[in-house]
Amino acid sequence: MLVIENLHATVEGKEILKGVNLAVRAGEVHAIMGPNGSGKSTLAHVLAGNDAYEVTEGRVTFMGQDLLEMPPEERARLGLFMAFQYPVEIPGISNAYFLQAALNEIRKSHGQEELDAMEFQALLQDRMRLVAIDSSFAGRPVNEGFSGGEKKRNEILQMAILEPRLAVLDETDSGLDIDALRIVADGVNRLRSPDRAMIIVTHYQRLLNYIVPDFVHVLFEGMVVRSGGKELALELEAKGYDWVKGLGVESGSGLALAQS
Amino acid sequence: MSESVQSISKTQYLADVAQAAKSPGPKWLLELRKAAAVRLAELEFPNRRQEEWRFTNIAPIVNTSFRSMVERLAIDLRAADIEPFVFREEGWTELVFVNGFYQPSLSRIAAASTNVRCGDLTAAAGSVVEHLDRYGANGNIFTALNSAFLAGGAYVHIPAGQVMEHPIHLVFVSAGRSENTAAYPRTLVIAEPQSQAVLVESHVHLEGNVPYFNNSVTEVVVKENAHVHAYRIVQEGASSYHLSTTKVHQAAASVFKSFAVTLSGKIVRNELSVLLDGEGADCSLQGLYLTGGDQLVDNATAIEHAQPRCTSWIGYKGVLDGRSHGVFTGKIKVRRHAQKTDSKQLNNNLLLSDEAVINTKPLLEIFADDVKCTHGATVGRPPEEVIFYFKSRGISEAMAQGMLTCGFCDALLSQMELEPVRQRLDNVVFERYSPI
Repeated sequence: MLVIENLHATVEGKEILKGVNLAVRAGEVHAIMGPNGSGKSTLAHVLAGNDAYEVTEGRVTFMGQDLLEMPPEERARLGLFMAFQYPVEIPGISNAYFLQAALNEIRKSHGQEELDAMEFQALLQDRMRLVAIDSSFAGRPVNEGFSGGEKKRNEILQMAILEPRLAVLDETDSGLDIDALRIVADGVNRLRSPDRAMIIVTHYQRLLNYIVPDFVHVLFEGMVVRSGGKELALELEAKGYDWVKGLGVESGSGLALAQS
Repeated sequence: MSESVQSISKTQYLADVAQAAKSPGPKWLLELRKAAAVRLAELEFPNRRQEEWRFTNIAPIVNTSFRSMVERLAIDLRAADIEPFVFREEGWTELVFVNGFYQPSLSRIAAASTNVRCGDLTAAAGSVVEHLDRYGANGNIFTALNSAFLAGGAYVHIPAGQVMEHPIHLVFVSAGRSENTAAYPRTLVIAEPQSQAVLVESHVHLEGNVPYFNNSVTEVVVKENAHVHAYRIVQEGASSYHLSTTKVHQAAASVFKSFAVTLSGKIVRNELSVLLDGEGADCSLQGLYLTGGDQLVDNATAIEHAQPRCTSWIGYKGVLDGRSHGVFTGKIKVRRHAQKTDSKQLNNNLLLSDEAVINTKPLLEIFADDVKCTHGATVGRPPEEVIFYFKSRGISEAMAQGMLTCGFCDALLSQMELEPVRQRLDNVVFERYSPI
């Protein structure tokens, strides 16, 4: 579904990603862990198409297409979704209106009928139950005045409505207390399916107790330095990030493992 | 150069005023006109060397000799003509004025379940009309001009303790106007102690493209503990000029809330001044201006805190497109005696084109020492990260801009309590900016 090869990217002239390789297939959940500044969020934003990040080298193929050639809205219509670490507030636009517009843009691009307000309401109510969000969210302006936890849950609600093929969750656990974390994780788990892949970007192992990944990759100084199964997260938790600083890049890490 | 041009149009006005003075009316009206004519002769039209007019070029108005419509035009409007402008809501009173003159046949007065009196200003009682020109009208040439030509208008008198259940809508229609004619809409509102009322003042037009001039004056007297909510909608013709002066006088513990919306007109200037002249008075002035083409729209708000413990809020928003020019001023004066003043203002502008311009400025004159006064202004486009958020959900930039513009307006319109007005304005915004 997604193949990242030798990806290099800079922010304001500074190289953050220095040759990332990763392959993700349908149905898989990959966790990307790493210390602050390792490039985790940069990777998420590069995949989503944020033009504050410049790709200087490498290729990304998504659903057989050259992802890097596509503007962000086309990536989204093709089934890529990023849950933001810091979702923006949009005063004056209700959640329901925003999501209906987004869903209909995606549907139109696939030649599907747009949902009218009634049909969309029904879908929205259903998905709000699925991710345990109060129905008052629908009428509130997008993220305005939401608590940190509410913003993160709102991202998961958007994912539940837009039903992406690949979801990239950028530090969705940051700033959440244990109860909020559990609610978010439950929502994500309900959205796991054989034809959907997920990339969970996180600093802490904690989230992975609730969303159990198939693969764990450690990102350090812009490269995947180690890949493994879910036990790698526990090892990392036990040894701390100082441990990875001593690791070299395993040959073909990430790419080789996922393709094996 | 401009001075001599000014005097030509003023000479014309003065000649017309002399003519207007002969048209009959009650004694108070003749005296009011006479006093205004004296002021008119003494005053000069403003120019851009004056701080209040620095960004607002009204030369096209000042340099044209508008002929004053002191007589009722023999124009036969039908109910259907004004249908788009009235609300016809159950219980509402709607008074229609054509070129400033009351038209009873087009008006609808709700069943008289209250003691509220309203109608043609020239037929109002002496205790009502004695308020005319009392509240800071001196020194303003445009109010002098309005009073000198006064021959009609609206009055609303809400007796003490009367809580009105339904709004009164004053509809000022420009119709059948020939080129370069001036009309003088006039409104006087007296809310007696403990009374409550909701008013809507609309300025609308029937013709397409005639350059006409409306010079409107509204005076609102809000007595002790009275509450007045005032909505004002300016929707003038594309080639027309609209200058308005609204003077509000508030007594102790009174509340005045206004929403002023400008939708069209070639040059529009709305001057709104409030005097907080009693302890604990509260005023809120909110507004929205939507501009395009080569429009000039100026909202000059001013609040004077004359007594302690008053609160005021000014919140205006603008969406500017094309080569249009917006001006916003929020002037706050706090007198020495007005301690514990709490005043806030905010002006947010969305520029949809590179050629649109907005001049926004707060003017604070504070003579008391125990006050809270804050102000802020924003000008620009939505931040990149907001646009990216839309794109990341499959929504194109053009569509995001449209949705954000609607949302920008809606954040203000959603605060309007008067549902039919809000609904109508929502529709205007939606039709103008919605991408869907």
